[in-house]
Amino acid sequence: MASRMAKSPEQEHPVKAFGWAARDSSGHLSPFKFSRRATGEKDVTFKVLYCGICHSDLHSIKNEWGGAMYPLVPGHEIVGVVTEVGPKVTKFKVGDKVGVGCLVGSCHSCESCANDLENYCPKTIFTYNSKCHDGTMTYGGYSDIMVADEHFVVAIPDSLPLDGVAPLLCAGITVYSPLKHYGLDKPGLHLGVVGLGGLGHMAVKFAKAMGLKVTIISTSPSKKQEAVERLGADSFLVSHDQEQMQSAMGTMDGIIDTVSAVHPLLPLLALVKNDGKLVMVGAPDKPLELPAFPLLMGRKVVGGSLIGGLKETQEMINFASKHNITSDIEVVQMDYVNTAMERLAKADVRYRFVIDIGNSLKSAA
Amino acid sequence: MAKAPCQEHPQKVLGWAAVDKSGTLSPFHFSRRENGDDDVTVKIQYCGVCHSDLHLAKNDWGFTNYPVVPGHEIVGAVTKVGSNVNKFKVGDRVGVGVIVDSCRSCECCQQDLENYCPQVIFTYNSHSKDGSKTYGGYSDFIVVDQRFVLRFPEGLPSDAGAPLLCAGITVYSPMKYYGMTEPGKHLGVAGLGGLGHIAVKLGKAFGLKVTVISSSPRKEAEAIQRLGADSFLVTSDLVKMKAAFGTMDYIIDTVSAVHPLAPLISLLKLNGKLVTVGLPDKPLELPIFPLVLGRKLVGGSDVGGMKETQEMLDFCAMHNIAADIELIRMEEINTAMERLAKSDVKYRFVIDVGNSLPSRY
Repeated sequence: MASRMAKSPEQEHPVKAFGWAARDSSGHLSPFKFSRRATGEKDVTFKVLYCGICHSDLHSIKNEWGGAMYPLVPGHEIVGVVTEVGPKVTKFKVGDKVGVGCLVGSCHSCESCANDLENYCPKTIFTYNSKCHDGTMTYGGYSDIMVADEHFVVAIPDSLPLDGVAPLLCAGITVYSPLKHYGLDKPGLHLGVVGLGGLGHMAVKFAKAMGLKVTIISTSPSKKQEAVERLGADSFLVSHDQEQMQSAMGTMDGIIDTVSAVHPLLPLLALVKNDGKLVMVGAPDKPLELPAFPLLMGRKVVGGSLIGGLKETQEMINFASKHNITSDIEVVQMDYVNTAMERLAKADVRYRFVIDIGNSLKSAA
Repeated sequence: MAKAPCQEHPQKVLGWAAVDKSGTLSPFHFSRRENGDDDVTVKIQYCGVCHSDLHLAKNDWGFTNYPVVPGHEIVGAVTKVGSNVNKFKVGDRVGVGVIVDSCRSCECCQQDLENYCPQVIFTYNSHSKDGSKTYGGYSDFIVVDQRFVLRFPEGLPSDAGAPLLCAGITVYSPMKYYGMTEPGKHLGVAGLGGLGHIAVKLGKAFGLKVTVISSSPRKEAEAIQRLGADSFLVTSDLVKMKAAFGTMDYIIDTVSAVHPLAPLISLLKLNGKLVTVGLPDKPLELPIFPLVLGRKLVGGSDVGGMKETQEMLDFCAMHNIAADIELIRMEEINTAMERLAKSDVKYRFVIDVGNSLPSRY
């Protein structure tokens, strides 16, 4: 019997789609024709207007975490305008501004899903580089249209500019969720933020809006002025400056550590007070050294956190709207994306690239 | 010239000390202060042998100040009380644990967390406020401020209760602080030694399901039949370990040697907590991905404050919890230390100080 050939990405689904994909671990992105499913009864289809470039996109296209399935269309900070809704959709209508973040599916029946923690479901389906229930690949937001189950679509209030809100869908929720979960959301507390990039600058903005004192801990002295004058951080520590670090010992209630490169935990543990919490949201790919004495002598904690569930993501967007919080972005054209990735690898961006999909993603005729 | 240990203070004391990093203990003459207005003098009946005693005798942590008289699980009888002492009277049965003083004024001290006071003074290998060294319970008597003396409740045996003063509070405090007390939840106890076996007993008393995680298969029968653990995992049994992944709400890690954290973190459920109370002499490797993917945490804890230590003793008396011990004579301490280094004890040595240390007191 002749074997059935797998359908090409263009033929898998009935609706034509166009995006940019990486074909191999060089990570080089280029135009890519594929297809998306027709709007199902609970689906929301929207025209993508903007998509943030997350550092995870870079890790994924270069297969740095393993498991990359090429061709890979990244992008999980996606915003746009609804063009079609399925008959069972209740929360959205055509013309609404919406967003999709890192997740497009989960099992809906496990304890995590029941607790609005779809991000921790063992069967999560990620926005890109995942397999749908029907076995087809998921493709992300570096593309012209997006189709998602309404459960995984977030409403974007009119008050927030679409380009600046896109990065909240990953960077924003990734820091908002642990601020709440680890109790680092109360006025008067002192929060440290390690790393001033896409995640770090969002942490500063959220924490200031929550009434905390914020200190940035960074390897780059050049970021200090902006951190204090524009982002509103209360102080700035250069991590290799022993004297500065020493003077801040035992002063912080918690730290959000956004750095995904391997780095020492000991100086960070020294910065937190007794009962203080060091929360990792960047994930270095090698284990870090954990010295037992400082952990025990101050009853300190090192914890992790991964994005957030959909309910909390909507809550975070609403909080951002109330406090006028958006990401600081550099808007780029689709064909700038490879240069943007090179600059991102060198942390040369304040603080998130956002692709102007609506105006620059043109289908090759 | 610095005074010799036996001349520093007015009262002569006999103890056993280690004088170098061989860790070998031998008789040692030193001295203690007169019983002050706030002090209680305790004639020592029993003293538990904590693994910290071994670490410090051998300078494993690099900060031993020789000669060192170890011992911080002390039980005895009050022989003198100062004029300001209202909590104790002569003849009372009391305990002294890991701490003999603190600054009394910082936020930690005010919250009954003397153990976290930056100026905490430990029962041995520390310096008192007058600058003189502190010497521990491998000795015939000790003089301690009443704030740092514990009442030994009725029903708690002096010998088997002694290890509660360090081992007991070291696991009780984090079990309360990290919320490991909800009946029906699943607790893992890594390491079945002095700390671990008490954590099992406390876990059962809190109504938890308890799994012991150990590198020694030979400990299984006793863990289940005598200590009451519900199940037992051997860390080298990869199949059983994998089957238990994601099943535990919390783990108390009592292991004091360097060991991998990754398998323990895998045993935790979402939001699980791994609390380490052992003090390896080198940093542990902490994989970050599993913490992030499962919103898990690794925390530490260090003994407990005085109020909580008393609460723990009262809880243990009420629930009939004491350590499983092997009573030894003072002169057997070096052999006991060698056996302790090989984990060859079920589960704490306790020195019968009262009956084996000739006392001039």
